[in-house]
Amino acid sequence: MESLPILSIITFLPLLGIGIIALIPGKNKNLVHAFITIFTGITFLISLFLINAFKADTSGFQFIEKINWIPSVGIQYFMGLDGISIYLVILTTFLTFIASISAYTAIEIRVKEFAITLLFLEVGMIGVFLALDLFLFYIFWELILIPMYLMIGIWGGKNRLYASLKFFLYTLAGSTLMLLAAIYMAYQVKLQTGQMSFSLLDMQALTLTPKIQTPLFLAFALAFAIKVPYFPFHTWLPDAHTEAPTAGSVILAGVLLKMGTYGFIRFNIPLFPDATVALAPFMSILAVVGIVYGAFMALVQTDVKRLVAYSSVSHMGFIMLGIFALNEEGLNGAVLQMLNHGISTGMLFLLVGMIYERRHTRMINEYGGIAKKMPIFAVYTMIAMLSSIALPGTNGFVGEFLILSGGFLRDHALGIIATSGVIFGAVYMLWMYQRVFLGKIVKKENEELTDLNFREQFILIPLVVLIFAIGVYPGYMLKTFKEPVRALIEMTSAKFNDENTVQKPNATIETSVEKKL
Amino acid sequence: MAAGLNVMEITQTHYIVLSVLLFCIGAVGVLVRRNAIVIFLCVEIMLNAVNIALVAFSRGLDQNRGEVFVFFVIAVAAAESAIGLSLLILLYRQKRTLDVDEINSLKG
Amino acid sequence: MIENVWLITALPLAGFIIIGLLGNRFGEKLSGIIASLFSSLAFIVTAMIFIEVLTKEESARKIVVKLFDWIVAGKINASVAYQIDPLSLVMTLVVTGVGSLIHFYSIGYMHGDKLSAKYFAYLNLFMFSMLNLVLGSNLLIMFLGWEGVGLCSYLLIGYYYETKEAGDAGKKAFIVNRIGDFGFLIGIFLIIFVFGTLDFSELEHLAKDHHSGELVIFWITLMLFIGATGKSAQIPLYVWLPDAMAGPTPVSALIHAATMVTSGVYMLARLSFLYVKAPETMFIICIIGALTALFAATIGMLQNDIKKVLAYSTVSQLGYMFMGVGAGAFSAGIFHVVTHAFFKALLFLGAGSVIYAMHHEQDIRNMGGLRKKLPITHITFLIGTLAIAGTPLFSGFFSKDEILWKVFNYSPAIWVIGATGALITSYYMFRLYFVTFYGESRSHDHHGLDGHDQGVHESPLIMTLPLIILAVLALAGGFLGIPHILDIFHSGNIIEEFLHHSVSDNAVVSHGKYMEILLMGISVLLAFVGFIFSYKLFFKNKGIPRKDEEYAGLQKTVYNKYYIDEIYNIAFVKSIYHFALVLWRAFDVFVIDGIVNGVARLLKNLGQGMRETETGVVHDYMMYMAGGLVSFFVLLFLFYL
Repeated sequence: MESLPILSIITFLPLLGIGIIALIPGKNKNLVHAFITIFTGITFLISLFLINAFKADTSGFQFIEKINWIPSVGIQYFMGLDGISIYLVILTTFLTFIASISAYTAIEIRVKEFAITLLFLEVGMIGVFLALDLFLFYIFWELILIPMYLMIGIWGGKNRLYASLKFFLYTLAGSTLMLLAAIYMAYQVKLQTGQMSFSLLDMQALTLTPKIQTPLFLAFALAFAIKVPYFPFHTWLPDAHTEAPTAGSVILAGVLLKMGTYGFIRFNIPLFPDATVALAPFMSILAVVGIVYGAFMALVQTDVKRLVAYSSVSHMGFIMLGIFALNEEGLNGAVLQMLNHGISTGMLFLLVGMIYERRHTRMINEYGGIAKKMPIFAVYTMIAMLSSIALPGTNGFVGEFLILSGGFLRDHALGIIATSGVIFGAVYMLWMYQRVFLGKIVKKENEELTDLNFREQFILIPLVVLIFAIGVYPGYMLKTFKEPVRALIEMTSAKFNDENTVQKPNATIETSVEKKL
Repeated sequence: MAAGLNVMEITQTHYIVLSVLLFCIGAVGVLVRRNAIVIFLCVEIMLNAVNIALVAFSRGLDQNRGEVFVFFVIAVAAAESAIGLSLLILLYRQKRTLDVDEINSLKG
Repeated sequence: MIENVWLITALPLAGFIIIGLLGNRFGEKLSGIIASLFSSLAFIVTAMIFIEVLTKEESARKIVVKLFDWIVAGKINASVAYQIDPLSLVMTLVVTGVGSLIHFYSIGYMHGDKLSAKYFAYLNLFMFSMLNLVLGSNLLIMFLGWEGVGLCSYLLIGYYYETKEAGDAGKKAFIVNRIGDFGFLIGIFLIIFVFGTLDFSELEHLAKDHHSGELVIFWITLMLFIGATGKSAQIPLYVWLPDAMAGPTPVSALIHAATMVTSGVYMLARLSFLYVKAPETMFIICIIGALTALFAATIGMLQNDIKKVLAYSTVSQLGYMFMGVGAGAFSAGIFHVVTHAFFKALLFLGAGSVIYAMHHEQDIRNMGGLRKKLPITHITFLIGTLAIAGTPLFSGFFSKDEILWKVFNYSPAIWVIGATGALITSYYMFRLYFVTFYGESRSHDHHGLDGHDQGVHESPLIMTLPLIILAVLALAGGFLGIPHILDIFHSGNIIEEFLHHSVSDNAVVSHGKYMEILLMGISVLLAFVGFIFSYKLFFKNKGIPRKDEEYAGLQKTVYNKYYIDEIYNIAFVKSIYHFALVLWRAFDVFVIDGIVNGVARLLKNLGQGMRETETGVVHDYMMYMAGGLVSFFVLLFLFYL
């Protein structure tokens, strides 16, 4: 079991699925749907084995696979897993599985192509979280762009062409600088150790002056910031989320956004600790702006999917605040919240998709009073909503509380502003809930609504269970990434102190010079 | 020996000047003339100008490399005119004109 | 049994889950019985633990039972753990006891509502949250309960979700609570920052190292108090409570009278060791409590909805509790929590009985003459009224007087505010009593909901029995806290002594016994004066409150709650919404997206421009080539010169 390249298996298993699907006749939609469900389910189950074999309490990478790929430029096939990425990988396989089930009634045309797109997407997503060689990472990072573009562009809503192109170009443009920076870093490795390498570990060992770290940090940060999305690079998100099909939105919100925050944690902090510390206040301010701004935007939306999209902007702001608080509370909270957000916002998008399939409208004023006709649906939405606004007992609270504590401990003023986010979150969510579910039924189309069927509840129940399980006993997850988080904090906390000790060496030099004179 | 006649010595320079002049005539012709066949003619002029230059230099350096190269040029020029003229015929059949300025369907 | 303290919270939770999942199959009656059963079991467990604790010595009465680690990261180490001590026991007894009575009452009240399984599930969930709040051994568990009761409040207030009123009220309650929670969270973060722990025992220990009047302590206590104003409906965050009357009446009794709203007082008492080190905050608490008490009482004077009168009364009484706490009399504040739970729950349930009998009529102008038709309701309601007005020997008298006495020692000026409030309290409560139960029946102007006149008769036993029990408690409950000067039975101030080690009373008593007796006499006099006024207006002259249109001038302003809700709406709700709308349209769409789309358009135009060079004309291309070649040679020439 130990010698199996399990990471590669998980990453490339979907390719096998693509191969098999190519053989299935596309006319039989149900067969394709069933197949992809089973296949993504198998991938998910295999990924669960990782939890079993994973050793917590260490901060290093496990299940490492390292093969020399292009030795002349130092590119390796280098994959590894640590406490931070393990649950992200599982979240990916899980949400892909859920998304495939949600697609049964949502995807009617070109089902086969959809399945292939989904599987391709899965390869890229898992690869991103596992790649430890910067070039390999870049390949996987860019790999998801085309399937996502197709998913939005083919199976999306009315404005899909604009949204998908915007998403594609925006993200691509941001990533190019990252590639440049990576190449520069690899070259630096060559200068400092004699051999060129794109490996993350080799780059971590580099000594870079703070002066050069800043532009490199920003180059990487741009790519990740667009993905997160960080204010003000967020405007692709509402369009992409709104126009994407349900499965696309779930994966977009659940996984793709996490790739951005993961990038910050995996690359920016360990590679550029000085720049991280120096720029942390600036990044934290942007994060808090994102929190409040996202909430305000969500408040005035009339399209419920757009509302959830902007709420994602707000939530990702929380996560970024937790990251740049650069303390154990904040960073642990951020990593946990990455998982939580995937679950609760994924659930929200699933729910929106379900009501959209019934009424084919996302406009809030088209609804009203539907709790009477769809009580079960109302309950599920309530649960997702409560997780989103961080009610204690749900997973959202644990993450948000840790983040806000960490943020406050780092900077009181920012922490206070960020905490006001809990008020606004409740405002826009409850108001949306009231307009959609409560009151009397006004539109007569709503009289015909049917409540959730078995398949729909089947994908919602595991999410509900997770919401409360993580809410009540988050220790299981917190234990897993406690050590890698601590390692990262140690890397940067040293820098906080360094700023104070820099003075002393200079002082001694000066005195010795004076004596000579 | 021959008294009275002021005979100018034809040096290498004369050949080069001739070559350059011919080349320029040809180049200007290519740029200015509108008839496709005339453009081809001018291209031939340019090629022959190059030939003259090659022969001149070859003689000047006392090697026969340049002259050999001239043969290549002549051969290639012949082949190229053959293809070019047949393309021109086909083009004329399509467009009914040999005015190069009118053939712009490949515009961006 | 002490080790099994977790049963107290687990039982209602189990009830919630069972009814939540299977309630539709059980139907309303069985759901109600199950809910009441689980609640009563929780009460029995509490009682057993209480008895066990009584056998222990005073110093050994604090026991912490840890269940498991909850959130552990960095400085934060919060576990799910419960603390048994006199303070939490008092609160738990009240919550489970009064709560169970209300559960049973609800079975009768909600009779006929087919969907009420949901109601009972929520009620059990509320018990779970509230009990976590009072039993938690650290701030995080308390916060869990704190937000949990906010959620249940939202769910239960909005129970009649088809009406806009209920939906709005529920949303308002949750959001205003959340504003308070913002303050609470800041307080928690400050505590982590200063003390590095959230555990009550550890905090109490660490607080000893801090001096009184330290700036951080001021801010911590102030922020936490802001949280308390949200949950306990004080100025400026009280506005949700009157609207909350849109929920079923037993909910108003349980949540908005007896338990949830007193969370703020409990929290202050629990952290009293911290508050005694923040004299500025204590002063603010006392002032706000007093102002709220008076302010709400004035509004209550003119309200015509039976529940609204009681709602403002609750806000007012909560003000008294905070007044007492602010003056340093934490145990007196808790004492009033207990007595208030008894008589306010009684009053609300009595009102519920009236509403039930009158087929959901709530306007007292359409009532009258119910004295003979609803005897039990009438008597119990009278007892409740007498208690809240501060009639001697009734519970309200002892608790309110204890507070007023301590407040007088703290600041006579504030005492004046409190005493005035007491006068008005007596007035409006007796007004309510007289208009509802006396005079001639005005209900024939108004037929019942189902058309035919079923007649008005007393409510069933399952509703009247809790009324009777509560009435007894409202009568006798005062004897838990007899002040020393009246101590003829030599029982001592039971509750004050019981709470001695778990709260840090620091009220200074600088006036003598005769002052205390004088003040007591003044309170009784004021209560009597209020009674006389309402007697004259509403009993003798059979005066009925006016119709809505007849109010004018100052009365109109007070009747419309000083238009505070409208002011809040314009100042906060509408302004934030419009700001966000403008922000969206002008900034997000126009500026940010404008830049994004602008870049795209720029590139497109650039491309269009460059496209012009591809004319398709061969001559143009040749010109480019020639030109390029020439310039190349020129540059070459220049560089090599």
